[in-house]
Amino acid sequence: MRGVWWKFLGLILVVYSLYMGLLGDVPRLDVLNETIRNLYYHVSMWFAMVSMLLLSMIYGIKHLSDNQQKWDNYSKLFAQTGMFFAVAGLLTGMVWANYTWGAPWVNDPKLNGTAVTMLVYLAYFVLRGSVDDAEKRGRLSGVYNIFAFVLMIVFIGILPRLTDSLHPGNGGNPGFSNYDLDANMRAVFYPAVLGWILIGVWITQLFIRTEKIAAAKKAAQYNNEYEAIQ
Amino acid sequence: MLKEIRFLIEKDLLLEFRQRFAFFSILLYVVATVYVSYLVFQRIEEPMVWNAVFWIILTFAALTTAGKSFVQESGNRFFFYYQNTQPEALILSKIVYNQFLMSFVGLFTWGFFSLLLGDVVASKGLFVLVLLLGSMGYASILTTLSAIAAKTGQNTTLMAVLSIPLLMPFLLILIKGSLLAIVGAGWEDVQPYMVGLVLLNAIVTGLGYLLFPYLWRE
Repeated sequence: MRGVWWKFLGLILVVYSLYMGLLGDVPRLDVLNETIRNLYYHVSMWFAMVSMLLLSMIYGIKHLSDNQQKWDNYSKLFAQTGMFFAVAGLLTGMVWANYTWGAPWVNDPKLNGTAVTMLVYLAYFVLRGSVDDAEKRGRLSGVYNIFAFVLMIVFIGILPRLTDSLHPGNGGNPGFSNYDLDANMRAVFYPAVLGWILIGVWITQLFIRTEKIAAAKKAAQYNNEYEAIQ
Repeated sequence: MLKEIRFLIEKDLLLEFRQRFAFFSILLYVVATVYVSYLVFQRIEEPMVWNAVFWIILTFAALTTAGKSFVQESGNRFFFYYQNTQPEALILSKIVYNQFLMSFVGLFTWGFFSLLLGDVVASKGLFVLVLLLGSMGYASILTTLSAIAAKTGQNTTLMAVLSIPLLMPFLLILIKGSLLAIVGAGWEDVQPYMVGLVLLNAIVTGLGYLLFPYLWRE
């Protein structure tokens, strides 16, 4: 069990939040109605995304400080998982927006922030793709990663507070915590966030391992070819 | 350090003066794009449209201005820097120099744009303030990004791809702030945007200062 307990914990928490999301008790509210259940799925995606991107930046900084190639690899793969959560969060959000705001995409600072964040990280992958030298790639993308994360926090954390937003907690809209995120929902929401973060780390770990195996296979193949020539 | 920065800025100014075509090519770029929008619009009365076209032109002018800040430094000249300067001094001098250059380009664009497309700005002082803060912010973020782009060797395309998404927080604040200045709002209304711009500027300059030493090593 040692070393894998957190995977089971993540799995249990996610299954629990999925179950409670479908069958648990939620407050009845105007406009939101039953769609409030989406809170467990939609909002936890964003928490997971920001955590993955934070880990990506931390590994980027680690790579800059000691130049080990594997940290750079971790940084890339965490960003990849972060993008997966961004797409999932966007899709769940679009479903929700369709039923509460009447359209899947509305002009809202948080939506713009998300779109820009995705563009920034896609640019990050373009940057990685355009440099061949592994060491240089690590340094350049590490620096860009830090820029991207800091400006993402500015964009989705600070800017929406300057302007009106349809999202709760901004521009005169009360936050969820004020009236409807009651104790029942909290008991599902926080475990859901933790569970998805753990699942995200697990996904990244699998990415890292498959890359390792692929690299080892390639090396073995080169070795065989080399011996065949000999 | 300060002496070094001053020396490097003087060197950049001297080089700019000797290679005047680079500077004039930026002005020509602005003149040409403004003239294209003049041919399309003739005259813009609507503040929102005026604002949008103006900032689009200035954004791309900033991309061309700052994009070249490390291109001419490529090749052997970097060896000279490795031996003679600290990386922090180099990036700060470039940022300050680009801020100066961008402020000039911004004011020039504004003047020429108002001349051709009509002057709609009600509170001029506030608008100039937003314009200068915005140009400086552009310069500080684009200088570091142009260092990244120059290192990859595929400067022009990558520069746009890397920086346009990162410019959007700036652009959003700028457009809101300058729109308020255009319609004639007072200092109290524009102030939060100013503070936001100054803070973003500080954050971005600080990041460039901290991270450039990792970028410049070969």
